[in-house]
Amino acid sequence: MLDAPRSSPSDRSLVSVRDLKMHFPIHGGLLRRQVGEVKAVDGVSFDIAEGETLGLVGESGCGKSTCGRAILRLYDPTSGEIMMDGTEIARLPQTQLRKMRPIMQMVFQDPQASLNPRMTVEAIIAEPLDEHTSMSKAEKRERVLELMDAVGLNRAFATRYPHAFSGGQRQRIGIARALALNPKFIVCDEPIAALDVSIQAQVVNLLEDLQRQFGLTYLFISHDLSMVRHIATRVAVMYLGKIVELAPRDALYGEPRHPYTQALLSAVPEPDPDMQADRTVLQGDVPSPANPPKGCNFCTRCPQVMGICHEIDPEFRELAPGHFAACHLYNETSPRTEAPRHNEPTEVQQGDL
Amino acid sequence: MPDGTATRSDVILEVSGLNTVFDTSAGEVHAVNDVSFDLRPGELLGVVGESGSGKSVTMMSLLGLLPMPPARIRSGTVMFEGSDLLKASEKRLRKVRGGRIGFIFQDPMTSLNPVFTVGYQLREPLVKHMGLSKAAARDRSCELLELVGIPDAKRRLADYPHQFSGGMRQRVMIAIALACDPKLLIADEPTTALDVTIQAQILDLMADLQDRLGMAVIWITHDLGVVAGIADRVMVMYGGQIVEQAPKRELFTNPQHPYTKALLTTIPHIRGVRAEKLTVIEGQPPILSAAPTACPFRDRCPTAMPRCARENPRRYDVGHKHDAACFLVEGTPADA
Repeated sequence: MLDAPRSSPSDRSLVSVRDLKMHFPIHGGLLRRQVGEVKAVDGVSFDIAEGETLGLVGESGCGKSTCGRAILRLYDPTSGEIMMDGTEIARLPQTQLRKMRPIMQMVFQDPQASLNPRMTVEAIIAEPLDEHTSMSKAEKRERVLELMDAVGLNRAFATRYPHAFSGGQRQRIGIARALALNPKFIVCDEPIAALDVSIQAQVVNLLEDLQRQFGLTYLFISHDLSMVRHIATRVAVMYLGKIVELAPRDALYGEPRHPYTQALLSAVPEPDPDMQADRTVLQGDVPSPANPPKGCNFCTRCPQVMGICHEIDPEFRELAPGHFAACHLYNETSPRTEAPRHNEPTEVQQGDL
Repeated sequence: MPDGTATRSDVILEVSGLNTVFDTSAGEVHAVNDVSFDLRPGELLGVVGESGSGKSVTMMSLLGLLPMPPARIRSGTVMFEGSDLLKASEKRLRKVRGGRIGFIFQDPMTSLNPVFTVGYQLREPLVKHMGLSKAAARDRSCELLELVGIPDAKRRLADYPHQFSGGMRQRVMIAIALACDPKLLIADEPTTALDVTIQAQILDLMADLQDRLGMAVIWITHDLGVVAGIADRVMVMYGGQIVEQAPKRELFTNPQHPYTKALLTTIPHIRGVRAEKLTVIEGQPPILSAAPTACPFRDRCPTAMPRCARENPRRYDVGHKHDAACFLVEGTPADA
């Protein structure tokens, strides 16, 4: 892609993803032959600058989690490039990938499911150290206690098991484990979705503090648009495997360009009876990623759909500095418009004359 | 307000002094503590609280839906249409549930039976509660699916739950709940499992249905944004108790309980000014192992006083049909 999004030329991008595709085969029939594929992630490109938080939002099934996992090579991507801190990892063999693991880590959604119930907190947090370092027992213990301090867990609880902790505390354990190897980049996959409202702010503030303290870079995956507005520097909106809009936070929330982003933002209920927006209620449901519509993926639900949308998949292009969207509504900015335009003001004037 | 008279005509549901306890192997859990509220016809009451605040258990207690044991309703009365539901026989409760009182649960996949068609599940309450003939029930179920905005209703009646999407399944649940023209609809986190754009569809549908059918609704949610849109009145629960209750606009513009205030400042906003730092409610919700003898919020409260640890505040009237359980607003006790 020539016009690949960059936050700003001077920023060094830590992660750089180009045309990433992650397709899963569907097997069917008596012989379990491949009968199709789910295009969970279908050509996404973005950069994440060092020290920033890129928010990745979208509804369930849009491919945001798959995207996060594919970037960390928890899946083998179908195609595309992933530059991680200067190394191309999209097709790196596992043995070499292992050497990259310390710099890229993940915080999972469900702290209940992602912590081994038979391991103590100390053993959980020390596991990455066991795998990737040659620290002595005493050194490891010291590091674990340090990490527990950093995430606000009482040192005295090191020998307890996950079940003895509340949801928010468990998420802190997961965060401490992700921090153990001093990573540069952390994918946070819905880290607060399973937590109560009053606990969410605690965890988000912790993530922000840790980012400042250790210079971390985050990919923050969430369906909670209000929380992403709070934490992210830039935001990417996904729909059916593709990024439809990517912009700096204030631009995205203040002036959303893509009709899907507009509808999504208007659907979020605001906790203020006097600030109820005029909702754009989208009709119907998201199509299946195994059988996406022809043309623009959003054409089946778009309130501003045009003829061209059913034919041609819109290009992802820069509409304003750093503000990208994939929508035919903004074609006039491009000289490469393919559809003939009959209602141009110039033509009308000519007719009048 | 008149007291002593059995039922007030302007109230369709009157809950007073409800206490529900669970006997577990680790001891008692006092899930609902002295909960009292009432509901007027056509009113939409939003019940807000975090997990474990007692909001769902309260509503399930009303209708005898809790497994007993381990649950035990220690005291209270639930007056609905002139009789106490807590004293009602299982036979009468069965008539009330799904008949006079409809239910919608959070997860439409687990509350629909996967082996029966949607049409069958819609006809069931119509035949059982309203005594309709099979043919009449079939017509009515088709009408109901149309009412909740399911296209091609007649054909969809023959489909099974798995053939519907999440949003459509929740519409089916709403149709079943509305089947017998309930006077009261209890919706327990009905949009929590749905995506925001689908949630918007369901919220619009509910507002429209309530306008047309005029039933009273109790809407349980953890999302203050949802109640800000649809509720007439809001009740905030914490630690098994009602800590604040007020008409919607009054609650959002003039919150009195420190918990409500904290809750309103801890959630980030999608519009308007963006906060640089989120306000945090420190600490954890209380463990309800004993009947409360102190304010349940005191450990996390920025304005806690020594008295809060000795005594559990009752709900005090602060005017404008608004009450809060906090010593800071102590005055006239609210008689809810």
